[in-house]
Amino acid sequence: MASFTPTIPAPHPTTSRGKRGDLPPGVGGGDGGRPDPGSPDYGARLRRARLGLAVALTPIMMLFVAFTSAYIVRQGLPTFDPNTNTVVHDWIPVRLPTLLFLVNTCVLLLSSVTLERARRQLARQVALEPVQSIPGVSLGTERKFPWLALTIILGLSFLAGQWLAWSDLAARGFYVATGPSSSFVYLLTGAHAVHLLGGILALLAAGVSIVLNRPLASRRIVVDVTAWYWHFMALLWIYILALLEFAR
Amino acid sequence: MVAQESHQHSAPQGFIRKWVFSLDHKVIGLQYYFLALTAVFVGMFLSLLMRIHLIWPTAVLPLVGEIKPETYLALVTMHGTIMVFFVLTTAPQGGFGNYFLPIQIGAPDMAFPVLNMLSFWTTFVAYVVMLSAFFVVGGAPLHGWTGYAPLSALQSAGPGEGLGADLWITSIALFCIASLMGALNFITTTLDMRAKGMSMMRMPLTCWSWFITAILGLLAFGVLLSAGILLLMDRNIGTSFFLPLGTINGQLTGHKGGSPLLWQHLFWFFGHPEVYIAILPGMGVASQVLSTFSRKPIFGYKAMVYAMLAIGLLGFMVWGHHMFMSGMSPYTAFAFSIMTMAIGVPSAIKTFNWLGTLHKARIRFQSPMLFAIGFVSLFVSGGLSGPFLAQPALDIPLHDTAFVPGHFHLIMGVAAIFGIFAATYYWFPKMFGRMMNEKLARIHFFLTLIGTYSVFMPMHYLGLAGQPRRYSQLTELAYLHPLIGLNTFMTYAAIITVAAQLIFLFNLFWSMFKGPKASDNPWEATTLEWTTATPPPHDNFGGRTPVVNHGPYEYSVPGAPRDYVMQTDPATVAAAH
Repeated sequence: MASFTPTIPAPHPTTSRGKRGDLPPGVGGGDGGRPDPGSPDYGARLRRARLGLAVALTPIMMLFVAFTSAYIVRQGLPTFDPNTNTVVHDWIPVRLPTLLFLVNTCVLLLSSVTLERARRQLARQVALEPVQSIPGVSLGTERKFPWLALTIILGLSFLAGQWLAWSDLAARGFYVATGPSSSFVYLLTGAHAVHLLGGILALLAAGVSIVLNRPLASRRIVVDVTAWYWHFMALLWIYILALLEFAR
Repeated sequence: MVAQESHQHSAPQGFIRKWVFSLDHKVIGLQYYFLALTAVFVGMFLSLLMRIHLIWPTAVLPLVGEIKPETYLALVTMHGTIMVFFVLTTAPQGGFGNYFLPIQIGAPDMAFPVLNMLSFWTTFVAYVVMLSAFFVVGGAPLHGWTGYAPLSALQSAGPGEGLGADLWITSIALFCIASLMGALNFITTTLDMRAKGMSMMRMPLTCWSWFITAILGLLAFGVLLSAGILLLMDRNIGTSFFLPLGTINGQLTGHKGGSPLLWQHLFWFFGHPEVYIAILPGMGVASQVLSTFSRKPIFGYKAMVYAMLAIGLLGFMVWGHHMFMSGMSPYTAFAFSIMTMAIGVPSAIKTFNWLGTLHKARIRFQSPMLFAIGFVSLFVSGGLSGPFLAQPALDIPLHDTAFVPGHFHLIMGVAAIFGIFAATYYWFPKMFGRMMNEKLARIHFFLTLIGTYSVFMPMHYLGLAGQPRRYSQLTELAYLHPLIGLNTFMTYAAIITVAAQLIFLFNLFWSMFKGPKASDNPWEATTLEWTTATPPPHDNFGGRTPVVNHGPYEYSVPGAPRDYVMQTDPATVAAAH
């Protein structure tokens, strides 16, 4: 053991385990004691994260299932009008800013495509990382398009577009408490926006990890899982739009 | 070897990383357990106040003073909420599930340790928010643990319905999020982190019960969260999801068109699975303990698994039986009634298999076994009143009487608590490395069993005699005068039962520090937690990765050298069989 006294500064060889390849997994790091990201269980971590995401999407789905059932029930409910002493329906369909919603839909779908590109680009980088670390081997400079940044911008644009839609509704006198239909419009779009904001925060975290020079594999797992989440959010948005548009 | 460890993190050193914001599932399990322990004493204290008030309505009580009708309703609400959420949901799943699920399937930790920590601390914040409702202007809410609208949806509906009710809903919403994070972890861990050889059908029944409970939570808590969001909007933004047209103190509320029934549907779609979230882990623990102390394999392992799955599935189709009184098409009520009684079938399968396990066994009557037998007893006697309430024709006269509290306290309250006690006595040696005092445990068991039966069994008779529930004062009603004697008896029984829990509390903390040292496998059990050190090291198995060769309950195997075969024993141990 004495031969390992760290008095002579030796350059750390770079191996498939990233920049700290000579350290046994679990000793280095300092990122909360997680395993070394390049260690052989990287595939297992990715699989586990994907499984976790699939499980996590279930309660999100249940949340919107519950909202939908409330929507349908509330839509069919009559209410008593004290002025005329009759039972009336108080569900006044909201005229949606359809064009704006369609533009937002396009922005969201586009962001889904760009995030998918980011996901595949990172998967490729992770796969090629061991090859590039062989001394003397170069794959040339890969063109790295900033798909991740573009996705974040598109995601924020979508939220801004939603904000415009809400302002448009408010300008036409439809507030949250105006009537049951407008309550549901705000509720469904708002709940979706909050979930998408969570996805944007995850992507920002992945972006920050580039700046902090964190291991590539960790970032890849975050982006991979967020991409699936994002696609789910895009589908969910189409569902919400269809519900609001066709079941009013 | 090291590289195969998926969560190879070195043990944290500082106090805060080790005991407060710990990522270790064992520490988090203990945190959940002790949170539930404080909650159960708060809830018990509230119930004692209610029992005392029912027989001495003018008594001035400690901490609350004179009990007005709204104070009584606040006690009902907070007792129910704290017990259901912060005890019955927290201790069996968050506490024991967290501690023992990874060990029993041979994993070094939960799948997502950080999420696990967040889950606990969100629960903790929810608990603090819930308790803070006592101390705000107007006090705690009055709407019961079910939070029925419109009472819960109007700020001006009562003294506790202002800020107190907002805090209550916020706490429930936080609890939902915490439980969803926990459920996500449990499911992923069970599916992805089982040791080599630990097939699903080799998992101990405790793991199955935690797994199924997590699935129920995953599907149910999102719906409660949605209901809570709608309720908060009705209360604070002026929407009308749950509020019909109406007046309060002669003034129009400004809401119209909403449906209080919608709240009930959303709530009970969560609320009924919640009942099974509370009781399923108890079933798992009872199976584990009955098999171990009978020295016999569990009778019908596969039937037990399928019965739990069936209970979980049917549990989502019966929520309407809580609403027979609320107004419902008789055809719908009939469908809910049939589905509810269908749950009797898997429940009977489980009971039959527990009795089959006990049949002709050389039973070791140690404290965990006593509580497991107590669990079966309470499950039967509490469950038998279920089919009564499942029939609309019987439920309508009984629903608002003391019959219903009698039913659900026996099965959901006390039976689940007995599951927690069985788990505590069974796993205490593994968790703390010491044995609990057996004599005190026996005294605790008999006092608790007789005490709880004395409190809750008479409630059925009171209900049949017409004693209403949720009424703060019964002494002024002439037709209830003959029942005062029985009520007095129940209050004394409640006081004795609560006092008996102090014996448990003393035994727990005294044994933690002064009990005799426990061996690694004091009960001669077979599952993986008994193969590792006591208490288990940070990564559960000290760098080893267990390999499983046997089913979970191989007791008294013919030809084996001992009367039990550990799950990690070589595959050939029972070859002579």
